[in-house]
Amino acid sequence: MLPLNGIPTPEDIAAVMPTEERLSKGPVAITECFQNIPCDPCYHSCKRGAIKAFTDINERPQIDFDKCNGCGSCMSRCPGLAIFVVDATYSDSEALVKIPYEFLPLPRVNQIVTAVNRAGEELGNAKVVKVQNTKAQDKTALVWLAVPKNLMMESRHFLVKEVR
Amino acid sequence: MIHTEIAIVGGGPAGLAAAIKAARLGAGVVLIDRNDYLGGQLIKQTHRFFGSKQQRASERGIDIARELSDEVMANEKIVVMAEATVLGYYEDGVLAVEQQGKITTIKPQRLIVATGGAEKSLLFPNNDLPGVYGAGAVQTLVNVFGVKPGNRVLMVGAGNIGVIVSYQLLQAGVEVAGIIEAGPKIGAYWVHAAKVVRAGVPIFTRHTIKCAHGEREVTGATIVQLDDNWQQIPGTERLIDADVICLSVGLTPLTEILWQAGCKMTFVPELGGNVPLRSEGLETSVPGIYVAGDVAGIEEASAAMMEGALAGLNSASSLGYTGPDLNEDRANVLEQLEALRSGHVGEKIRKGLAQAAL
Ligand SMILES: Cc1cc2nc3c(=O)[nH]c(=O)nc-3n(C[C@H](O)[C@H](O)[C@H](O)COP(=O)(O)OP(=O)(O)OC[C@H]3O[C@@H](n4cnc5c(N)ncnc54)[C@H](O)[C@@H]3O)c2cc1C
Ligand code: SF4
Ligand code: SF4
Repeated sequence: MLPLNGIPTPEDIAAVMPTEERLSKGPVAITECFQNIPCDPCYHSCKRGAIKAFTDINERPQIDFDKCNGCGSCMSRCPGLAIFVVDATYSDSEALVKIPYEFLPLPRVNQIVTAVNRAGEELGNAKVVKVQNTKAQDKTALVWLAVPKNLMMESRHFLVKEVR
Repeated sequence: MIHTEIAIVGGGPAGLAAAIKAARLGAGVVLIDRNDYLGGQLIKQTHRFFGSKQQRASERGIDIARELSDEVMANEKIVVMAEATVLGYYEDGVLAVEQQGKITTIKPQRLIVATGGAEKSLLFPNNDLPGVYGAGAVQTLVNVFGVKPGNRVLMVGAGNIGVIVSYQLLQAGVEVAGIIEAGPKIGAYWVHAAKVVRAGVPIFTRHTIKCAHGEREVTGATIVQLDDNWQQIPGTERLIDADVICLSVGLTPLTEILWQAGCKMTFVPELGGNVPLRSEGLETSVPGIYVAGDVAGIEEASAAMMEGALAGLNSASSLGYTGPDLNEDRANVLEQLEALRSGHVGEKIRKGLAQAAL
């Protein structure tokens, strides 16, 4: 449970998940932001209007999954690093997960890293497909990981194997 | 003796915002800070901030500090005294300031105290061993001076500061053994907690530190679980290897100047300790002395900036300065402060402020 150990429960996740049907149509953002906190940059950063306007700054974000195309712009503006983009259609066997990442060194494209879950437990190998790190992202890089389909909703961080 | 319309003690977000607002209305300001840089706590906040767009949410504290201090430095109405410590406030309204070994006196018509807070400590055996640090100190070492405090840290306290400093330690390549929290719940925003947990740092609620180990420096600590009555549960002790124990158990307002000035004070645990009674316009019980930021109650940089703005506007307008949008500006700041404190996480602050109203 989040307030006890910082780990969201499966019920927490289920409540913010897009439908299977939406997942089957391609990339989409998921806001794993489960607490009413005074914060709203995600809303301001979405140019497609996919995040509903906040009537009160303490509200939790709500994504209109039909408007969201999974571009990821909101991800690097979120101070909680709580937004992820998943793409279940990436390949026959793999899904894509975009992860906000603020550690150095950044991984290289094609590098094999270890995907980890929300509890920090290792899940297995994942391949880095792309690393986005533009000036607009202001040091919050987005790392695109290809993971086995069944790990799409588990993989939320990764470990770079090299020791610095 | 220097005469000025407004003196501001403290160049953190509160003091900077106050200086900018007061100077914009036309008042002459002297801004005093004991550091050789402006920005207060902000200069070590490398993470993105929460809040609303108006309060610069999603910007990093360090960038906010840079912008605010650039604006202050460029303003001709503001004289900045850096590396200058306010030592005292006398009955006749004179501030004594020490700068480079020299004492200067300043007589302001209005005074804004924005001195921020100081870290609290914790009592446990061996808490005087080298390697036991405050979280703010660790953050300064790592983010300002680029110095690693050690290799493996035990963090005590899972509030926002403990969790954020843990994250920044990981970014600096320091291992964090875990974060312990005596309370039943994580105090930090859950999104912050989730991000350190997935990066491999466990958080143990209802745990405290029993003692630190080491002869000449910290080599580890024994942690222990607490029951519902905050009593240690025998047999739950665990040894954690660590060469740094980092205490993040809260801040307390730095109020010496206010005591000296005879401001009415009151003890409000929700605000971190003794705080000055203040009007809605942030004036204390001593006319002409205003407060803003953590010194008025430990809160956040966003609130500190809003309070600073309010104290700046009110102190300048009390001197007769005005502008076409003064009232609108003031109403806007009050409204934003209210929104910031309106939610569930603002409950404690609201409760505290209710006890400190003049
Ligand atoms: C690790 C950490 C993380 C944080 N994260 C966030 C966050 O994400 N979002 C957020 O909104 N807030 C955050 N905060 C809180 C925020 O930094 C503070 O609330 C804010 O800086 C308070 O501003 P202030 O101007 O009141 O005080 P400060 O920033 O503490 O500034 C006070 C200044 O006064 C000076 N001073 C004090 N006494 C004297 C004296 N006698 N003479 C001269 N100068 C003096 C000090 O040197 C200092 O520069 C965080 C704090 C910490 C420690
Ligand atoms: S991923 Fe793109 S479209 Fe979807 S909510 Fe974020 S910014 Fe909007
Ligand atoms: S920006 Fe991130 S932390 Fe803030 S409300 Fe949106 S999802 Fe939550």
